Amino acid sequence: MKKLNLDMYRGAIAARFPEANRFQFSESYGAVVLEVPRETVRDVLRFFKEKNYFNFLMNITGVDYPDRQERFEVVYELFNTRDYSRLRVKVRTSEDKPVPSVISVWKGADWFEREVYDMFGVKFEGHPNLRRILTHHEFVGHPLRKDYAADLQQPCSSALPIHFDVGTEPKEKADNLIPLNIGPSHPATHGTLRVMVELNGEKVHRANVEIGYLHRCFEKMAETHPYNQVIPYTDRLNYCSAPMNNIGYCKAVERLLGVEIPARAQAMRVVLAELSRFIDHVVCIGANAVDLGALTGFFHLFTLREKVYSIFEKLCGARLTVSMTRVGGMAQDAPPGWFDEVLQLCKELRQGVSEIETLLTNNKIWIQRTQNVGAISAEEALQWGYTGPCLRAAGVGLDLRKAEPYYMYDELDFDIPVGSTGDVFERYLVRVEEMKQSVRIVEQVCKNMPSGDYTIRDKGIVLPEKKDVYGNIEGLMNHFMLVINGLRPPVGEVYDSTEAANGELGFHLVSDGSGVPYRLKVRPPCFAIYQSFSESITGGLVADVISVLGSMNLIAGELDR
Amino acid sequence: MTLPAQTNNDLSDVSKNFAFTTRLDDLVSWGRKNSMWPLPYGTACCGIELMSVMGPKYDLARFGAEVVRFSPRQADLLLVAGTITEKMGPILVHIYEQMLEPKYVLSMGACASSGGFYRAYHVMQGIDKVIPVDVYVPGCPPTPEAVLDGVMTLQKMIADHHPRPWKDNWVNPYEKTKS
Ligand code: SF4
Repeated sequence: MKKLNLDMYRGAIAARFPEANRFQFSESYGAVVLEVPRETVRDVLRFFKEKNYFNFLMNITGVDYPDRQERFEVVYELFNTRDYSRLRVKVRTSEDKPVPSVISVWKGADWFEREVYDMFGVKFEGHPNLRRILTHHEFVGHPLRKDYAADLQQPCSSALPIHFDVGTEPKEKADNLIPLNIGPSHPATHGTLRVMVELNGEKVHRANVEIGYLHRCFEKMAETHPYNQVIPYTDRLNYCSAPMNNIGYCKAVERLLGVEIPARAQAMRVVLAELSRFIDHVVCIGANAVDLGALTGFFHLFTLREKVYSIFEKLCGARLTVSMTRVGGMAQDAPPGWFDEVLQLCKELRQGVSEIETLLTNNKIWIQRTQNVGAISAEEALQWGYTGPCLRAAGVGLDLRKAEPYYMYDELDFDIPVGSTGDVFERYLVRVEEMKQSVRIVEQVCKNMPSGDYTIRDKGIVLPEKKDVYGNIEGLMNHFMLVINGLRPPVGEVYDSTEAANGELGFHLVSDGSGVPYRLKVRPPCFAIYQSFSESITGGLVADVISVLGSMNLIAGELDR
Repeated sequence: MTLPAQTNNDLSDVSKNFAFTTRLDDLVSWGRKNSMWPLPYGTACCGIELMSVMGPKYDLARFGAEVVRFSPRQADLLLVAGTITEKMGPILVHIYEQMLEPKYVLSMGACASSGGFYRAYHVMQGIDKVIPVDVYVPGCPPTPEAVLDGVMTLQKMIADHHPRPWKDNWVNPYEKTKS
């Protein structure tokens, strides 16, 4: 993370805001935090954006502190895509005091604010569609408040009818509009997405989406489980590339703990992450192609995925949900010869990618169905909060592996593909290139695998090995104490992110010093991207809806959490 | 079902001599169990494993169930793979109701069977709260082999005419609350 020139910001703010003496700068785990009075937050954020200090709104989180007079905190993560600096802005509020909505500054604030409203009941003044987003429409109360019991279920008796948002009314009137509902049980929506459109002939007149059909309360579950037990839940966020979520989460906890994991663990994480990126892109491209009728691609691509799953299985026994990381390192070392097998596999993967290219890249039908479909400009993409392949396809070469290199990425040799038009075809091209680059990374790491331990050995963080637990009294005691007390990070707050297959996967973690996270908010990359969906399909053909949907790689697990 | 011992080795005579005897409903269930048309209701991680079950390596087609149909009108096996939330419940029932008889339900994974490790405010604690389930496949996610085993179990149930009181006594829970 880049060090901020604090004095410059201080000066600029003091010059612009008369109430600047009520602004508070502080530092927390390497991040700069600015607390501002509630009323000013929109102006402050707009000021930052206009001054080009921060051009990207990464995340909005709510946190509930029931003992405080103003019990809620709304936290904004700002980012600068040019120099990669970050700033956290906080406001305090309570139920009856609305926070100014920043939707007029960043369109991408839309769903993030709705989520804070849904989960905490914080109101945003000026938000045009402040209604529930994840929970169902008959839900009463706000589940992430500390006084809402984690297992208090509320049945829902009906499905929501087709509806459209305020602000999506088209400029021109048209007769003969046909409403059409797609999903949530529809082959092209991959299970749980629901798209509602109004058609004028074949053209999409207006559109809306409903999410939350897979809202499994990840964030509430994290608040009721010890740190290491949260790891299996993270697997199920983006389940197409489960290891990456493990890594992102553990990295955030490790940052809070202030530990650095050994070189071997870092290398193993990189290998797992890049293999996951590969299969995530495989699923995305395969599903995208299948939805457009290219079934052969599916079978070809899934053979590749199956091979990667087999290698995961060899590593740890699980195929999909590997849960291989632990806070402080890995759960276990790789079996002998595993890295050589990975190197062998790399050859097959390389071969596989070139087969995909033969099948699709010059395929006339594929090109016609994807080129100039769903195109988006770089500015628009930044407005919405795009990250990952979709942003890079639009021409912004932002990749955290280069921008804020973590683990050993800065020592590795790889390239970041960047497109220009941001259409479905370029998203495909970017993904294919990234698959090749991932193979390249895996090969480099496996050829020079660092030796040494696969985890740190801090007794307060990592469980002793089984042979010590059963073999000596010290190991047994150590195991007992850690299981009873849990690992306890210091009181504090971090936001940490990694470059996942879909873009920036961030974890906002608040610790109160106890054995369970006080608050864990995930910034899922496809959440921000999907907000723009209605807008990007409006005016297009209904057949293209499917093509755009597939290219965004929406994984309901991380979208709805 | 029995095939009579062949009396003549000459193949051209087979059609004249060939005959088999069976009970009619055995013949029907033999046909049914070997030509199930699944509707994959994959909502979450289990849905991804279900793709592997359908995919080249595990190949559900070997069990006669390769005709995947996304229209409930054309399917007789509902494969629920993944977490069902309260928000999804009414839709799942709506889909189930549209399927034609005879119809079967296979619940894949811990979530669909019991809510899994999501004892949480928005997750239905098992789809059997709203629709009748014939086979539960444990696992999180179940291995593809386990799913195949579940399908074979269901095939056996069909062949044996296993009684299904859960299905016979089922009422739509959402209509019940309305009336
Ligand atoms: S049973 Fe496990 S793998 Fe299957 S949907 Fe539930 S959490 Fe995902």
